[in-house]
Amino acid sequence: MNSTTQNPSAQAFAIAAETAAISRGYWATVWMRLKRDKVSVACALVLLSLVLMAVFAPLLAPYDPAQGTMLKRLSAIGTTGHWLGTDELGRDMLSRLMYGGQMSLLMGLLPVFIAFLIGTSLGLVAGFFGGWWNTLIMRTTDVFFAFPAVLLAIAISGALGAGFVNAILSLTLVFIPPIARVAESVTTSVRNLDFVDAARASGANSFTIIRVHVLGNVLGPVFIYATSLVSVCMILAAGLSFLGLGVKPPVAEWGLMLNTLRQSIYVQPWISVLPGLMIFITSLCFNLLSDGLRGAMDIKR
Amino acid sequence: MFAFIIRRFLFAIPIALAVAAVCFSLVHLAPGDPLTAVIPADAPAEVVIAIKEAYGMDRPLIVQFGSWIQRAVQGDLGVSVATGRPVMGDIGLALSNTLTLAFASAFIGFSGGILLGALAAFYNGTWVDKVATAVAITGVSIPHYWLGLLLVIIFSVQLDWLPSMGAGPGGSSNWRWDWAHLQHLVLPAVTMCFIPMGIVTRTVRATVSEILNSEFVVALQARGLRASRITLHVAKNAAPTVLSVMGLQFGYLLGGSILVETVFSWPGTGYLLNTAIFQRDIPLLQGIILVLAMFFVALNLLVDVLQTLMDPRIKRG
Repeated sequence: MNSTTQNPSAQAFAIAAETAAISRGYWATVWMRLKRDKVSVACALVLLSLVLMAVFAPLLAPYDPAQGTMLKRLSAIGTTGHWLGTDELGRDMLSRLMYGGQMSLLMGLLPVFIAFLIGTSLGLVAGFFGGWWNTLIMRTTDVFFAFPAVLLAIAISGALGAGFVNAILSLTLVFIPPIARVAESVTTSVRNLDFVDAARASGANSFTIIRVHVLGNVLGPVFIYATSLVSVCMILAAGLSFLGLGVKPPVAEWGLMLNTLRQSIYVQPWISVLPGLMIFITSLCFNLLSDGLRGAMDIKR
Repeated sequence: MFAFIIRRFLFAIPIALAVAAVCFSLVHLAPGDPLTAVIPADAPAEVVIAIKEAYGMDRPLIVQFGSWIQRAVQGDLGVSVATGRPVMGDIGLALSNTLTLAFASAFIGFSGGILLGALAAFYNGTWVDKVATAVAITGVSIPHYWLGLLLVIIFSVQLDWLPSMGAGPGGSSNWRWDWAHLQHLVLPAVTMCFIPMGIVTRTVRATVSEILNSEFVVALQARGLRASRITLHVAKNAAPTVLSVMGLQFGYLLGGSILVETVFSWPGTGYLLNTAIFQRDIPLLQGIILVLAMFFVALNLLVDVLQTLMDPRIKRG
């Protein structure tokens, strides 16, 4: 895996980077390494432009995403005025893809973010206090591990009914257990280190020890893990919308667009491919960036 | 070791019960009355009470759960509120179709992943390695329902080579191992094989290259063993890790097939689950989730036991 040990100059380079780690501080070094990784930079730029595109969709989009003309239904890609074509209701595809990013990105990021907050807290409590707390929290997560993630998300969403809030809720529930498990295992290993004992001997209470000494060591690994879940969440969220369990029809969202355009594959096959392509590009970039981040944060002590 | 296996079996019981409790509580997550699908909105109060009694919904929750479990163990998962048929029969038929699809994609995905991962580890840094890395990252990044749509567009709409709907000619839902049915299996199986192929490739590549760098392999080479014999040693050492990943992936194939089954109208559990969700058929929904989750629990148990049998070095608490 470690490609820097392949040739001498790369090794010297790695040593230089490690010296830098001491003088520059951890996060600055991670940032430096990430900036040197071409793939990560490219992915970060793509994601940034996707986010900007979604945020500024009202300014950038040439048409109203909800307004269509029935006369221009399913125009081909490259049609003048609609250069990505129009959908089954004659709405401009480019505008809808831009607006769709708002919901799709939000549904990919928000559940992981909430699950990161809740899961890390649960893992910290379970790992730091151990004993009864650990048993209670970790055995509960075991139950959720007994379900395949997709099935669990669809089951909860299916029972709750369609809707944005319900989809976010079910996705969050799916991602809390794995994050809690990672946080618990990191916390358990940190808790037994000498500096925690030293802090306790100096009279620090549990809350202070967690806040000052444990949290900083736990957040990094859990954060990397959480970034790797974003692409899973994107695909799953769009999948829920694809099944009709996510946002409801007039709203532009990539998964839902894929669902409604599915009926048109015999008329304009390549237009129905576009929303899925957006999901694929986004999730691919999140995955590659997460891999790059993992590599950049893996600084040997 | 046998003590471990027995303990692992005993540990699966509370998990299975808790899983059942989650499935059961799905009914109460649902907004409104679970019986809205069968009770007409203008039904008189005494009819509502009679229907509730018939479904046993007038008793306390814990009693309902107890009798639900008791009947579930005997293979009775209740009656569908949409069709009036016993849920178990429909699930059984759908499950066999889902298993067919899962076995087919597991076969393609696992053999492809093992081959690609092993080649990538043996020829580290070459183009094979690059292809393997690309397959691994694509497998985990691609929305498989979109891949399915893409394959339908290419092979059904444009080329007209393969059918895109159902499990057999004329929308038949009874699977048979003949060419007419196999044609229907190709596209969904290929669609679903990408995730396990990506993950198995990644696992095999990492595990095998770690083993290839270990001292005993160098020792074997020094003793002049043929490459094929060394490969055997490597395979034996990689097997437990790869097996556990494959077991988990097979479980995901069973439980995660809903999206692909919807794209291809494959008459399996996922398709049935989709129907249950949109008809708000809660007994059917509950039954499918319970059966699939129990399969997953059993699969995890099997993988753990097999892993211990294969590699006695693995010690567990």
